[in-house]
Amino acid sequence: MWLITEDLLEPIATGAAILGTGGGGNPYIGRLRAREVIRQHGPVPVLAPEELSDDARVVCVGGIGAPTVGIEKLRDRQSYDALRAIEECTGEKATAMISNEIGGSNSLEPLIPAAFAGLPVVDADGMGRAFPEFQMKTYFVYGVPCCPMALADEKGNIAIIRDVVSPLWAERLARAVTVQMGCAACYAVAPMSAEQVRRTAIPHTLSLARRLGEAVEKARSRGMDPTEAVLATCPGVVLFIGKVVDVERRTGAGFARGAVSIDGLDEHRGERMSIEFQNENLIARRDGDIVCTVPDLICAVATESGEPITTEVMRYGLRVTVLGFPAPDLWTTPAGLAVVGPRAFGYELDYSPLLPASRNPP
Amino acid sequence: MIIGVDVGGTNTDAVFMDGSTLVGAAKRPTTADVTSGIRDALGEALHHLPRDRRVDAVMVGTTHLTNALLERRRLSPTAVLRLALPATESLPPLVDWPAELRDATGAHTFMVRGGHEYDGREISPLDGAAIRRAIGRIRSEGVRAVAVSGVFSPVNPRHENEAAAIIRQEAPELRVSLSHENGRMGLLQRENAAALNACLGDVAELSVWSIRDALASLEIDAPLYISQNDGTLMDAEFAARFPVLTISSGPTNSMRGAAFLSGVRDGIVADVGGTSTDVGALVKGFPREAAVEIEIAGVRTNFRMPDMLSIPLGGGSVVRSEPLRIGPDSTGYRLREEAMVFGGGTLTATDVAVAAGRARVGDRRGVEDLDSPLVDRVMAEIQARVETALDRVKTSAHDVPVILVGGGNILIGDSLAGASEVLRPPHGDVANAIGAAIAQVGGQVERVYSLDGTDRKQAVADCRTAAVDKVVAAGGDASSVEVVEIDEIPLTYVPSNATLVRVKAVGNLALNRT
Repeated sequence: MWLITEDLLEPIATGAAILGTGGGGNPYIGRLRAREVIRQHGPVPVLAPEELSDDARVVCVGGIGAPTVGIEKLRDRQSYDALRAIEECTGEKATAMISNEIGGSNSLEPLIPAAFAGLPVVDADGMGRAFPEFQMKTYFVYGVPCCPMALADEKGNIAIIRDVVSPLWAERLARAVTVQMGCAACYAVAPMSAEQVRRTAIPHTLSLARRLGEAVEKARSRGMDPTEAVLATCPGVVLFIGKVVDVERRTGAGFARGAVSIDGLDEHRGERMSIEFQNENLIARRDGDIVCTVPDLICAVATESGEPITTEVMRYGLRVTVLGFPAPDLWTTPAGLAVVGPRAFGYELDYSPLLPASRNPP
Repeated sequence: MIIGVDVGGTNTDAVFMDGSTLVGAAKRPTTADVTSGIRDALGEALHHLPRDRRVDAVMVGTTHLTNALLERRRLSPTAVLRLALPATESLPPLVDWPAELRDATGAHTFMVRGGHEYDGREISPLDGAAIRRAIGRIRSEGVRAVAVSGVFSPVNPRHENEAAAIIRQEAPELRVSLSHENGRMGLLQRENAAALNACLGDVAELSVWSIRDALASLEIDAPLYISQNDGTLMDAEFAARFPVLTISSGPTNSMRGAAFLSGVRDGIVADVGGTSTDVGALVKGFPREAAVEIEIAGVRTNFRMPDMLSIPLGGGSVVRSEPLRIGPDSTGYRLREEAMVFGGGTLTATDVAVAAGRARVGDRRGVEDLDSPLVDRVMAEIQARVETALDRVKTSAHDVPVILVGGGNILIGDSLAGASEVLRPPHGDVANAIGAAIAQVGGQVERVYSLDGTDRKQAVADCRTAAVDKVVAAGGDASSVEVVEIDEIPLTYVPSNATLVRVKAVGNLALNRT
């Protein structure tokens, strides 16, 4: 067990932005909200999945909507309201909260209901990175029911989705409700057991985010190479070092799609990398050859500062180092790849693993 | 004839322009009261001109308000009224301000029911009674200005306008800043911009008054305009209402002046001063806007600002060998006493440029003993730093013209990687005052459209009309208005195909020449 105090929010947010693989939303508002609840209610305890008692009831919460709305209609305690609603609906009391998505701003969302309800959060999540849609969680791929789920807005409206024929239907229905709620809602899913969390969640991702952020901060303050510090914390590879020479953006189906072109510097001089993104970075090619595909993580950080670069702020002239991290094992099974493999994002290609040898994060 | 004035931290510059011809210029130290510095610079320049020249307009750029914020001086006691409940309650106004600045403005914050959704629907009806109660407290606490912010006011400003009407009715003595007039999407950042604007009201009024005083003492009776940070003008009354728009107008004016002096509309400008070099990209003769959020005096805001890269390298940068270091410290305005070519004992970048034969200032004998490998290394390092900065500011991989202005431009060679040509226009040392003198009137509008009900062309056309109207309302000559920027930003995850459209238009100032 450890405690999330105010001073850990900055490193967790930095680490979560690295794991956000270019997406995951603006972390600023999420960090401020977490800071305010911690100032009011005190630090939030974190339990590793192994530390959960066998009769634990763990509720997954998250924000759903548009990032561009989230910076305007700032979320409040909707995830706490959704938690109360799902408890009432299922007749079960939650004993801990868990994140749906460690990448980006959703990583800190469970802290809000946890602080209000006086509960711990679990050091794990359902993605190990960022993904754009509700059904893209390991929980649901490995048989945890995604219903009933509760959606809450800031006005006091609560919707319960009682039953769906597949997690994809939960995404469709929840998205439609969210739009009517004004595109900045929160949800809570029916409680999971400790066994379900240990079997289906990506473990230890909150502490991974914290260690990544602390490594970057430490490297920066000592004038050392932040990307080396990141790789020493989480095994991965440098896919490319270079300078952004083009960012192409197009839109479709509510996603920010596009491609980034990077010209090589240093040992990559003369080479070019292109990264295709749909909110998150999905496919990286070096001189036309595929070097990394979703669900492996493709993360761009500013070469000098180690600051993670989201696709929204990617632009010509930025010096970036592109890092690749192997996806958690739970994503690279046929069942996992069916939901988040390249084909799930419309690419006519198969997943090619980044580092077959060193699959397991520490 | 038009007078351009730039009140900088160190110098006050004045230029006289007849059409597009520079007919006079002067540079004087800035004074604490502002007035006498302007009077000195204008007086000197006027001295060389025929007495019967008529002045059509006076255009002033000033850093005075930026400094008031940084020094937290003379800020008005300010209230922030947010129209949002039941949304946003967990992050009240001023939540992330530095404590000293929050205290300097009094930290009076209020939240009431109101605000809109992304598609323009109400979150809640506006709570007029709660606003009146807030005004009661505001008046009893000695507040002088109120910033009003509503959720999604850039999409639907109705609640902000209604709240402003209530305030004017109940407390006409209060200055009111509305967030939809001060910033763009992003509630906290826009609210911050409105609150900064509100707390600058008194000092802005004082500045305008000092400038008018200087003009009156020289018997110059012409309309007064103030520079905004996007290279356009506002009249003095508008400036007193939107003082926050003057922040960063100095570097903007210098880039606009460089564009004018060189005739280049698309390129890079490097303003090399004594302590630092500001590098920015010109797009159609205007500075490119920053895409990211910017902190002003420790406050995160998102109103439009020029996208500048400032590197600590200038004519006064102190040079040390073993290991080689150039800056970040500088002799600043004491260059003419401390640099070796001026008989001082500090080795500066200027000294090295003289030793390298690139610059001819001061007495070359002061640097005769400098080791020539050191000179080569320093010059190479300066070149490399400037080239890196240019490359970071460039928007594409093509070579572009580079315009050098500012007194320190002698440090930089005539060939730069990434530059198609290197230009050093004459009068580059008063580029900022020239930028003020040639400024146009601008108008920018940002709105969110749901493309389910409106087609895209219709949305852009609507936004264009609003921007053009805004230019004319601000004093622009309708026949000269031109749209210079159209941005469309689709809102992701919003299935109703909502898109944010931003249009910026500029036009010449409609001068009354009768």
